[in-house]
Amino acid sequence: MNTQSLRTAYGETLVELGKENKDIVVLEADLGKSTMSILFQNVFPDRYFEMGIAEQNMASTAAGLALTGKIPFISTFAVFASGRAYDQLRQTISISSLNVNICGSSSGLSDFGDGSTHQAVEDVAIMRAIPHMTVLTPVDAVETRKMVRAAASLPGPVYIRVNRNNLPVYTSENLDYKIGKLYTMKEGRDVVVFANGVMVSIALKAAELAEAQGISLKVVNVSTVKPLDRQAVIDCVRNFRGVVTAEEHSVIGGLGSAIAEALRGVKGQPLEFVGIEDQFGTSAENYEELLRHYGLTPAAIIDAARRVLG
Amino acid sequence: MVSQELIRRLQRNSLDLREFIVNDLIGVGKVGHLGGSCSCAEIVATLYFHKLRHDPKNPALKDRDRFLLSKGHAALVQYAALALAGYFPTDELKKVKSLGAVLQGHPDMSRTPGVEANTGSLGQGLSVANGMALGLRLDGSKSRVYVIVGDGEQDEGQIWEAAMAAFNFKIDNLTAIVDRNRLQATGSIAERFEIGPVAPKWAAFGWNVIEIDGHDVAAIVEAFDEAETIKGRPTVVIANTIKGKGISFAENNAAFHNSAMTAEQFKIAVSDLQKQHV
Repeated sequence: MNTQSLRTAYGETLVELGKENKDIVVLEADLGKSTMSILFQNVFPDRYFEMGIAEQNMASTAAGLALTGKIPFISTFAVFASGRAYDQLRQTISISSLNVNICGSSSGLSDFGDGSTHQAVEDVAIMRAIPHMTVLTPVDAVETRKMVRAAASLPGPVYIRVNRNNLPVYTSENLDYKIGKLYTMKEGRDVVVFANGVMVSIALKAAELAEAQGISLKVVNVSTVKPLDRQAVIDCVRNFRGVVTAEEHSVIGGLGSAIAEALRGVKGQPLEFVGIEDQFGTSAENYEELLRHYGLTPAAIIDAARRVLG
Repeated sequence: MVSQELIRRLQRNSLDLREFIVNDLIGVGKVGHLGGSCSCAEIVATLYFHKLRHDPKNPALKDRDRFLLSKGHAALVQYAALALAGYFPTDELKKVKSLGAVLQGHPDMSRTPGVEANTGSLGQGLSVANGMALGLRLDGSKSRVYVIVGDGEQDEGQIWEAAMAAFNFKIDNLTAIVDRNRLQATGSIAERFEIGPVAPKWAAFGWNVIEIDGHDVAAIVEAFDEAETIKGRPTVVIANTIKGKGISFAENNAAFHNSAMTAEQFKIAVSDLQKQHV
């Protein structure tokens, strides 16, 4: 299957946007060669600000740039964007809803070797809790490109969670992308699986395996975790016998929680979560090994589907 | 040379700000950040009524200078200045911190005309000011950015991240002012958390440092004028001030960082300020 780099897609899209709009500015905290924001520096050195290893200052400086009409993108690892600079994102960017776009790179377990300090398993929970913040998790490089463009146009702050590793391309260039839309990746009859990021790929594998076992899974890409269209979620699960969520994130506060919040009050709709069970990450030799270690597998999704079917 | 007329006018404006703070924004029995608002009254008055290019009838004026209060808890002095300048009616002052008020407990740009950014959680305003200065420079604007940093606020590590960044980017369209009142919320800086010499720290970070008496309006005017002539690096004005300045019982008294005045204290404050009219 064709795989592509989401972070290269991020950097390349910044360059495209920079050519179209002179107000696009990019800030980086000494990880530009990982986040790939460095591509922007190569073309627009005057509009690229290397902020050093100081994420808090980077976030507030971006707020100041936004207040003079610029459209800043700040890039760092997801764990630092959401953790180190939390109060800065909250106070100087989100309360006044500035157009500052935050790239949380090397998200989830995707920086497999670096271990718990560098793996963001709670960033979606943190960012989702901030009023005015939009939270996006792209499934592939094609969707990443569309998201970066959409984020630049959206007036308020946007958090984009970018995987470090190349991922299969599932979405089409021609697909009309809109923040907040649910995308059905595969139709099914019994259980709806809401997934995003790398878990879409794993959910599609689960659906294929489950079919042979007589269970039909519908797979939906929830690449916008917030704002979540509550009615669309309710409509999506109507006539199904259960719901499973699948995310590369803690089961506390992420996609599963968002879907549970959307479905609150809906009767007779059993729900199961596949995610990281309230643990930090750990080092591993490769990404797949780590995903298996935390139970982020097709088998786990099928088990969850069996549980909701009862 | 600063004219006697300008000095008298700015002294009068500073007194007006303190009277708004005591009479309208705090009054009797309501808590308010009296100390840190009064310590920078001359600095704020000099900015709004002499130095800043701004238009109270058009707060979004394209080529305006920017003013940020990084020590957002001193919002009362900014609110007094904005009202006196005509950004909103002075009636709003008495409604401060009430539900739905234009004037929040800390500066909120979405609600208050003339407020340029949200501040209150300390340590962030200097970074925001840097961002504004960089944005204005990209646009070739002649506007300047002014930001007041609190003395205790220098405990925040982000202030020094921002200090390094301003040096790195050679930001010279920004003037920072440290309101060096030597007190923090719980007592004197020397007793609570001694940070040592301040001016040498900024100098070591590559800044042009000007140290003045922060209640001497002529010195403030001259410092701001000098800062504009410094190219290729940022300027900080270390303004030595007295917390609670102008109100006898609040001067140098950490208890009036954020507390209410009794009816008796209010009377004394009003009388203290009346005596300062010339």
